[in-house]
Amino acid sequence: MDLALWIEFIIKGFILIFAVLTGFAYLTLYERRALARIQTRIGPNRAGPQGFFQPVADAVKLIFKEELTPAKADKVLFVLAPIMTVVPAMILAAVIPLGTQFTLPFLNRPVTLYVSDINVGVLYLTAIASIAVYGIVLAGWSSNNKYAMLGGLRSSAQMISYELSLGLCFVIAILLGNSMSLLDIVEAQKSVWFVVIQPVGALIFMVTTLAEVNRAPFDMPEAEQELAAGYHSEYSGMKFALFFMAEYEKMIVISMIAATLFFGGFREFWFLQGTVFSVDHFWWLGPIYLLLKVVVLLFLMIWVRATWPRIRYDRLMAFGWKVLLPLSLALVFITALGILLANQFGAIYIWTIPVLSILAGLIAVLLVNMSLRRKVAHA
Amino acid sequence: MTPDLIAFFVLALIAIAAALGMLLGRNVVYSALFLVLNFGTVAVFYILLDAPFIALTQVSVYAGAIMVLFLFVIMLLGTETLPVSKALPWQRPLAFVLALILAGEAGYLLFFRKVTSGTIPQPVQTFGSPQAVGQALFNQYLLPFEVTSVLLLIAMVGAIVLTIKEKGGQGK
Amino acid sequence: MLLEYIAIGVMIALATVIAVIAIGLGELFGPKKRSSVKSEPYESGIAPIGPGTRRMPVRFYLIAVLFILFDIEVIFFLPWAVVFRQLGLFGLAEMAIFIVILLIGYIYAWKKGALEWE
Repeated sequence: MDLALWIEFIIKGFILIFAVLTGFAYLTLYERRALARIQTRIGPNRAGPQGFFQPVADAVKLIFKEELTPAKADKVLFVLAPIMTVVPAMILAAVIPLGTQFTLPFLNRPVTLYVSDINVGVLYLTAIASIAVYGIVLAGWSSNNKYAMLGGLRSSAQMISYELSLGLCFVIAILLGNSMSLLDIVEAQKSVWFVVIQPVGALIFMVTTLAEVNRAPFDMPEAEQELAAGYHSEYSGMKFALFFMAEYEKMIVISMIAATLFFGGFREFWFLQGTVFSVDHFWWLGPIYLLLKVVVLLFLMIWVRATWPRIRYDRLMAFGWKVLLPLSLALVFITALGILLANQFGAIYIWTIPVLSILAGLIAVLLVNMSLRRKVAHA
Repeated sequence: MTPDLIAFFVLALIAIAAALGMLLGRNVVYSALFLVLNFGTVAVFYILLDAPFIALTQVSVYAGAIMVLFLFVIMLLGTETLPVSKALPWQRPLAFVLALILAGEAGYLLFFRKVTSGTIPQPVQTFGSPQAVGQALFNQYLLPFEVTSVLLLIAMVGAIVLTIKEKGGQGK
Repeated sequence: MLLEYIAIGVMIALATVIAVIAIGLGELFGPKKRSSVKSEPYESGIAPIGPGTRRMPVRFYLIAVLFILFDIEVIFFLPWAVVFRQLGLFGLAEMAIFIVILLIGYIYAWKKGALEWE
């Protein structure tokens, strides 16, 4: 193991973290501007042209804020909790391929456009995502505040409940890509994106990730009418900023994962295949395509926040356990069956997957509708 | 000393320190976190042994699921700090005897057992890959795998019976 | 092989350093004017009653147990999905048996009201 390799790792890791951090800063601006537009406002536009320096101003403000620690708080864990929340959010992106590879000029050294391509990439994502729960539980517990504690417990219970459907959506992508390495999954989508084969799976993935990052309409921990500010009620200044950072970084990274698993990742759009706009032609197109897809997916998240009211907590848990879990389980088996049919009788049978999954999705919608009607009739 | 060996000793020290911290800590939440650290180091051991699948499963299941349950239980009971002496009267002597037996066993293995073969065969590079794990699990170890589901079923029923018991009784 | 994990390790170290620096900046530049009212728990302006941490509903415990069991199931799915094309119909059948047994527990939990929040 030589020095050059260490330098490469450090530079790549630093660039990736820096990219996600910049993304976080500008995502806050993007969200505020987009939300404002949806609500026919203008949004922050004073700091710099079009509010371009707003994130910088926010950061400076947060650094110079007074930080409060409640007297009865557990001092060590109170500081540790934001760190334990933000580190998983930052390292989650390590296995996501941003492109293929290029040769460094002058040094003649091939450089891959990902920090690490491990053959258990998908498992890495689930493992790190499940670690992220700690920060929130500990933040709630160490604050010694009823609202914070209840908010922390609620949001961790929500995260673990939706993690199951999330895991099953990962399984769908693995089945279709026939590998757990994210690079292989992207390469397997060269001809057709997995969202076309498994549209319902992609939809469930996006719904569960909303719950996983505690975003509207699943932003239970931040139900301010009930819980003040949830698990980070007692946090202020930079420690609060870290929680905020973790949420927005996770939004970005999870959009990257969604793009990688279901929308072709860094690959070009299917109609650009073989042209000059292909990733095989210019390596630097990879990150650009991925960025495009991520921006669109992030807009969907913001749009949802602007449109949907918050779901009641009991409904939210019931939706996760009683609807999404069985539905995603059914989708896994439909996908497996479709692959089997395609292997036996010819590639055309792969299209049984979208047909059957949309059918399953419709049945689920129908059943939910019926049960809700029954509940309304009883009440 | 090779880098592998240095890594092993450093990790082993962290693992032991974390285990001791977990045992000796008076605050239950800190003990739980030390245990998480211990699980983390064990995961790194697995990675050093070229078994990344097991390593990440360890993180995902033990650190990610089981320890969250522990934290929930700790918060459920609301007993963050234990009273100093609440041990059963025969607990200490029994622990002492059992520890002595364990130490004797370890000593016997270390000093008296004959080493059967000098070299350990190097496993092939892909033996810990998900493909290899999948093949082994779903062909060779099919029965244990299916039995696992029964085990999970029993655990599920047990948890429900234990917690939803009072349904007919007071409220909830 | 191991190199890929060293890369991740380097990234974990970098992320931790950045997080610690961020907190350090706040500690360094933020004003510190403590008062007893400020360090009370924040309950929207109302004086707090009783301890901050209290016993939590048993419901959360049940959710955590069910999560562990289904999480193990999902973990089993992952290597299965990787080798599914080699296993073929046999693989589908063995996973179906596994799931059917677990579904018995799931239906039991549903009927017992373990998935109900209220």
